[in-house]
Amino acid sequence: MSMRKTIVALLVTLMSGAVPAFAQQQGGLGKPISEPDIKQWDIAILPDGTNLPPGSGTPAEGAKVYAEKCAACHGDAGKGGVSPAYPALVGGAPLTGGIDTVKTIANYYAYATTVFDYIRRGMPYNMPRSLSDSEVYALTAYILSLNKLIGDNDTMDAKTLPQVKMPNRDNFILPYPDRI
Amino acid sequence: MSKWRRRRGAPSLDDVAGNGIINRRALLGQGFALAGAASAIGINSAGAEPLADAPWSLAFGGITPPVQSPSPFEKDVVRTLSNPKGEFRNSHARTPHHLIGGTVTPNSLHFSINHCGIPNIDPTQHKLVIHGMVKQPLEFTLESLSRYPLVTRMAFVECAGNSAPMFSKEPLQVSVQALHGLVSNSEWTGVPLSTLLDEAGVDPSAKWLVAEGADAQMLDRSVPVKKAYDDALVAIYQNGEHLMPGNGYPMRLLLPGYQGNMNVKFLRRIKVVNQPAYTYFETKNYSQILPGGKTWRFHFVMEVKSFITHPSFGLSLKEPGLYAISGVAYSGTGRIAKVMVSADGGKSWGEAALQGPIHEKAFTRFVMPWRWDGQPAVLMSRAYDDGGNVQPLRPEFVTMRGEASKPVTTPLAFPNQHYNSITSWSVDNKGEIKHVYA
Repeated sequence: MSMRKTIVALLVTLMSGAVPAFAQQQGGLGKPISEPDIKQWDIAILPDGTNLPPGSGTPAEGAKVYAEKCAACHGDAGKGGVSPAYPALVGGAPLTGGIDTVKTIANYYAYATTVFDYIRRGMPYNMPRSLSDSEVYALTAYILSLNKLIGDNDTMDAKTLPQVKMPNRDNFILPYPDRI
Repeated sequence: MSKWRRRRGAPSLDDVAGNGIINRRALLGQGFALAGAASAIGINSAGAEPLADAPWSLAFGGITPPVQSPSPFEKDVVRTLSNPKGEFRNSHARTPHHLIGGTVTPNSLHFSINHCGIPNIDPTQHKLVIHGMVKQPLEFTLESLSRYPLVTRMAFVECAGNSAPMFSKEPLQVSVQALHGLVSNSEWTGVPLSTLLDEAGVDPSAKWLVAEGADAQMLDRSVPVKKAYDDALVAIYQNGEHLMPGNGYPMRLLLPGYQGNMNVKFLRRIKVVNQPAYTYFETKNYSQILPGGKTWRFHFVMEVKSFITHPSFGLSLKEPGLYAISGVAYSGTGRIAKVMVSADGGKSWGEAALQGPIHEKAFTRFVMPWRWDGQPAVLMSRAYDDGGNVQPLRPEFVTMRGEASKPVTTPLAFPNQHYNSITSWSVDNKGEIKHVYA
């Protein structure tokens, strides 16, 4: 491209005010990174089970981890009561009881993957990201079994967890489908 | 003919609505028909004291500091805290709307909610990664983002739980700060998210992003790609300063008009995906239970709303006379078109003056001149946006969204979310102001 044509192209780009064009013209300022290098950060689990890690756990295994690392805040067997800041993990009133009903795993969550994802990214509150993936599966299994959402001997892993049917799943309405 | 200057055609002080609502142009720099009106509006003609020089006019003043703070006389203009001792739980700081003016919330007073403390992020070490369904995953730093042509816009950010105490069946006797302190308005500067997504090359079949913060819970929310390409920013400045730590330093997602929680702070990662993640926050706190037990999901937009900041609870009226009823109005879908004000509990309404320029998805201040005659009054404001949305009256709102089934005993409670009905302040014959439902 001649100098003249380059200048004309640059002017057109600038005049159009198109920021993406600027980025492309300059090759962009983002530094390429490979997915393997993002792996430690790549923790978001999707409801169909996408991105669930290897590992597994049972309610019995989860009960042991729970007693050691969770009960101090969430109470014995997930019953809460230690402080209003730390919710109970078991039970839940019917949502027909009022718009201020406390939302729980049993009465509200649409997908069991949310339980796994939240424990893994944020719990224990004082030491996030300290649990192994199998410990997270075990805790998830324990909490789901306390809520009678799985059997006492069911193992949770990348295959079984997304198949857990949550009772409130079909109770949601999308007020603004055009926003998606 | 008086020798005192008065512009021709100045609006009169005639009421335009009941109980002393005056023509909105009366006090807005256009003068008003004072002649013969002084007594009617209660202007005190008693003589003022003779003037004397004050001590601060007679001595050299204080040092000029590198970073200035408000006058010590402003020490009570502070955010109220839900967790003042820093206990091991979430923290909320609410904006004192009744003690500030204009439309821009000072950075030191912008509301802030933190679910696991405020991370102390070194901006030279912080990274933002965009990956997932993209042609080339990319990493950005504060330094690299700063090199893009930055854009600046006004936008309010509102917690979806703002005003939640008003789901109470009985009006709580608390200030506008306690009721509505979880919304603030700033000028934000950053890089359009669409620029960064285009650079990474988004798979056309991707419909969602998962945006994640660098805080200790790695708070994340699912955001439609549609919104990202509409008006989302990765914001790095707030009112000209780098972001406050409690507002997401060194970078945050800004989704104008969408629930505050979705405007992910300490932004470290955006993963482009084909389905929403149903994260903890979108699964629980930020979807609403409706009367009858059905629930909303992916509600996103903070609806059209207004509230009167002056006068309001805690700011009693000292004497009858002329006042400006003033407040803020905003809508998550567009610009404010009109604000109506009532002084008689909604029996009659007058159109308030709007102070421009009127930005979309941002605070607009409204002002309505009012002559208080010393008798009981109920002050209300009602906002209309340019998309035809109208702030609902309370009976309409309660029919649609319900009320708390249990008594609400603290303004820190969140019985439900997305409250956008009208706030009413009653004035008694002593000038005391109460919160009422009208």
